[in-house]
Amino acid sequence: MEIKVLRNIFESNIKQSDELKKIFKNKGTYVVNIMGSPGAGKTSVIVELIKKLKDELKIGVIEADCEGKIDAEKINSLGIPVVQLNSGGACHIEAASVDKAMNNFENWAFDLILIENIGNLVCPSDFEIGEDLRMVVLSIPEGDDKVAKYPKMFYTCDVMVISKFDVKDYFNYNMQRVLTDVQRVNPKMEVFPVSCTTGYGIDKLSKFIKDKIFEKKLS
Amino acid sequence: MHELSISENILYIVENEAHKHNLKRIKEIKIKTGEISDIIPENLEYCFEIISKGTVAEGAKIIVEKLPIKILCLDCGKEFTIKKKNLQCPECNSKNLKIIGGNEFFIESMEAE
Repeated sequence: MEIKVLRNIFESNIKQSDELKKIFKNKGTYVVNIMGSPGAGKTSVIVELIKKLKDELKIGVIEADCEGKIDAEKINSLGIPVVQLNSGGACHIEAASVDKAMNNFENWAFDLILIENIGNLVCPSDFEIGEDLRMVVLSIPEGDDKVAKYPKMFYTCDVMVISKFDVKDYFNYNMQRVLTDVQRVNPKMEVFPVSCTTGYGIDKLSKFIKDKIFEKKLS
Repeated sequence: MHELSISENILYIVENEAHKHNLKRIKEIKIKTGEISDIIPENLEYCFEIISKGTVAEGAKIIVEKLPIKILCLDCGKEFTIKKKNLQCPECNSKNLKIIGGNEFFIESMEAE
């Protein structure tokens, strides 16, 4: 006997992500999902954004890693509320994980929530987690071929941050190749070269996010 | 490798449907997935086999059908089926496109007792 099903396999995640979006909208909170390989510099970018924005905005951070709380401690030392999620080996976080993490913030009223996903260029691309902006951090030492090798991640993100830009000349990095590949898979993607060591590009990225936050509050 | 998490989602839906229709055993599950998704059918079958043990879907065969990427060119107005993730209009080379197919991921049907 054949039974017609026609149900989206990600239906429970999509439902939970949509519920989170409603909550964040009601509270006027802008949410960024930050993805990228282990060591790409996701935490450093978060730290620099916090330094630029913390005097003007109320910021909360969710840190996801397989194990430990190294990154959460870094963020906490900046005086920012943070929840560490440990996936215990899973390769991505889902909307349910974010929902659980939000319960750990008491009476929260954030303008901005930064969520650092598990370091991985494949799996997080399939799961929305209630975010407004999907950001992928790609670093210079990883090489200029990652967009071509992992197109889905770049196809599903709105913004690409190219980190460690200060070491570009030591790695024979072909910036034009990256931009051409981005044009091929996601012509609408915004690209921000930054260096968390020299501060290059951080102002521009902070301003972009700040504008987005105000856009959302006005909508 | 998130096929394990995807398998859990599939099992959840299959068990739910089995309960709804009072089915005793699921023999086959037909899945449709767009070319944009990076799902590897072999990995999915392997993961599903492990997590479905002892459930109504134990031993069920997973059949994955891939659907092509379809785009609508917003400049020349034509629709095309394109090669994997090369987002450019084959007619006028425009990148002003809307993806209208290829990102699907759903359970089409199941064969049951």
